[in-house]
Amino acid sequence: MTEENSVEIVNVTKRFGSFTAVNNVSLSIRRGEFFSLLGPSGCGKTTLLRMIAGFEQPQEGQLLLNGEDITRLPPNERKVNTIFQSYALFPHMTLWDNIAYGLKIARRGKAEIKQEVEKMLALIQMEEQAYKKPDQISGGQKQRVAIARALINKPQVLLLDEPLAALDLKLRQRMLIELDNIHDEVGITFIYVTHDQGEAMSLSDRIAVMNGGRIEQIGTSGEIYEAPRSSFVAAFIGDTNFFEGVVAAELDKDYNRTRVEGLGDVVCFNDKNIQLNAPIHLSVRPEKLRISRDRPDPNPHFNVLSGVVEDIVYLGSHTRYWVRTGDYRISINQQHGRFLLDERAIKWKDQVFIWWHADDGFMLEQYSEHDELLMTLPDAPAKP
Amino acid sequence: MHGATASRKSLTEWLVSIPTVVWLLVFFVVPTLTIFAIAFRPVNLDGGIGTGWTLETWRGLANPNYPSIVWRTVRLSVATTFICLALAVPCGYFMARVRESWRQALLLLVVVPFWTNFLVRVFAWRELLHPEGWLKQGLVFLGLAAPEAQLLYNEYAVLLVLVYTHLPFAILPIYAAAEKFDFRLTEAARDLGAGALRAFWNVFIPGINRGLLTAFLVVFIPALGSYVIPDIMGGPSSKMIGNKIAQRTFSDRNWPHASGLSALLTLAVLGPMVVVLMLQGRRQPAANKEGPA
Repeated sequence: MTEENSVEIVNVTKRFGSFTAVNNVSLSIRRGEFFSLLGPSGCGKTTLLRMIAGFEQPQEGQLLLNGEDITRLPPNERKVNTIFQSYALFPHMTLWDNIAYGLKIARRGKAEIKQEVEKMLALIQMEEQAYKKPDQISGGQKQRVAIARALINKPQVLLLDEPLAALDLKLRQRMLIELDNIHDEVGITFIYVTHDQGEAMSLSDRIAVMNGGRIEQIGTSGEIYEAPRSSFVAAFIGDTNFFEGVVAAELDKDYNRTRVEGLGDVVCFNDKNIQLNAPIHLSVRPEKLRISRDRPDPNPHFNVLSGVVEDIVYLGSHTRYWVRTGDYRISINQQHGRFLLDERAIKWKDQVFIWWHADDGFMLEQYSEHDELLMTLPDAPAKP
Repeated sequence: MHGATASRKSLTEWLVSIPTVVWLLVFFVVPTLTIFAIAFRPVNLDGGIGTGWTLETWRGLANPNYPSIVWRTVRLSVATTFICLALAVPCGYFMARVRESWRQALLLLVVVPFWTNFLVRVFAWRELLHPEGWLKQGLVFLGLAAPEAQLLYNEYAVLLVLVYTHLPFAILPIYAAAEKFDFRLTEAARDLGAGALRAFWNVFIPGINRGLLTAFLVVFIPALGSYVIPDIMGGPSSKMIGNKIAQRTFSDRNWPHASGLSALLTLAVLGPMVVVLMLQGRRQPAANKEGPA
């Protein structure tokens, strides 16, 4: 069972005083995987990472590295290395000495250290700067030195704690590609902590979305975006429109009708077998909605609503519309047709129709975002 | 353009520093030079300073008793500095690591001794170490000291009280440096395979070097000039240079000789200070450089 798992976290709980940072979390990370822990600040993702590194001890549960219990092992005896958010390069040492530090501690031979450090400097393309001090190089360069300093120890797992947070946008995008390349090159397990869904989605094989010390969902980028399992995941990953409703009727084995207060009845794909009269959240992504001035052809699986355009934001690759219908203000992303040839573009105050396919709406068990307790009790959804 | 702003800035800096310069001139440079000058004056038999110039004092400083006193002074000062730093580093580390609310309390504990007069604290030690004092009696009771052992009036008593009085001055700058230290650096060292002690030594100690240098200066220099502590705690065989200066000034009323000793002490103090300042100056340019070179 542990053969292909690199890191296993079994029922781990960590409390700081009365605050529970990580609450009974279990997850398995496969060997060679690029795995992200994604969530808002304070969700416990960094604490979880620090426990894997050995800087924090869990009160309950077990941590396994390649099947071996490392729960009580000090950080220096774990075959994992960390890239810190602030890089934590040693300011009094040259870059060369920074990179060589791990091997010096391991008492490797002088010739071997020299060879390995030079190899690393070549990997990060910083041979010329080897004898500078950390305060003489830029943020992106520090980042690369931090990576080299960790990788030179040939860790079984590389932990990355928001490594791109301190960089500006352009550099972040470049480092994103570099990280991806390095991961492909070294082939070890990466565990990546971030609050940036874009970073997580573009790099990861799998993502664990965390909230309030718990894991909400584990899946590929596509799974958590297209099929969020909870309202929190739907809201945190990308934008979405939420509708609150009650299951009113079952149409057939796949679809039901949901009554949304202040909007009307909509057809939903019933992938979760939610019972009749159960209160739900319905999530529809803005890009799944269509907008037009003319009523679309009738189709039993389409939900068609009419409304008034309240706001239009042109975003280059697409345009975002806000349409008022009933009690709801719905956001819609639409790519442009042939912009110049479109006979009449949609404008403010226009009467429009918006519609979406029943399969593109996701029913989620309802909970109030502040009511974290409910996340632990999926059988008892909140009363509307 | 750039040059003009630079020179205006330096002019302002000069104007701002005038009060400091005047203060140092009047209360430090002039008195120090006066003392140097007095050392070249002859002795006046009334206990004052004679007229004319002579090298008599400097010949007198080649007193065969002095090397042992100088050696004792240096030895005690070095030992005091070493012990103070060795105690202050773990203290500063601990204080920087505890919770914010605890820090204030600990800081207060470090400063509390200053609320009692220095002399009173030194005399209190005399009471403790006195043959009838309860510390001595307690040690005898525990079998840690022989009943006839003399805890007072020797070099160890002087060293003990020197360490006791100077320790807060070592803790404060080291704590200030440790408090600013980024402890993620020691975590990084642990992460790269260093044990706790190794990380402490390789990363924390270099990280607080400014604090260590300051602590060194504020302990070593006053310790070299100690007078009251060896006078009260020490016996005739544990006198330091400070006591000799006092003796020449008050008992022998040989001011030129006292000035000569003072001048030597000043030079001895300036020596390590210049070295330290040079060390700091050498570190400065690298630290001030910003951005990619």
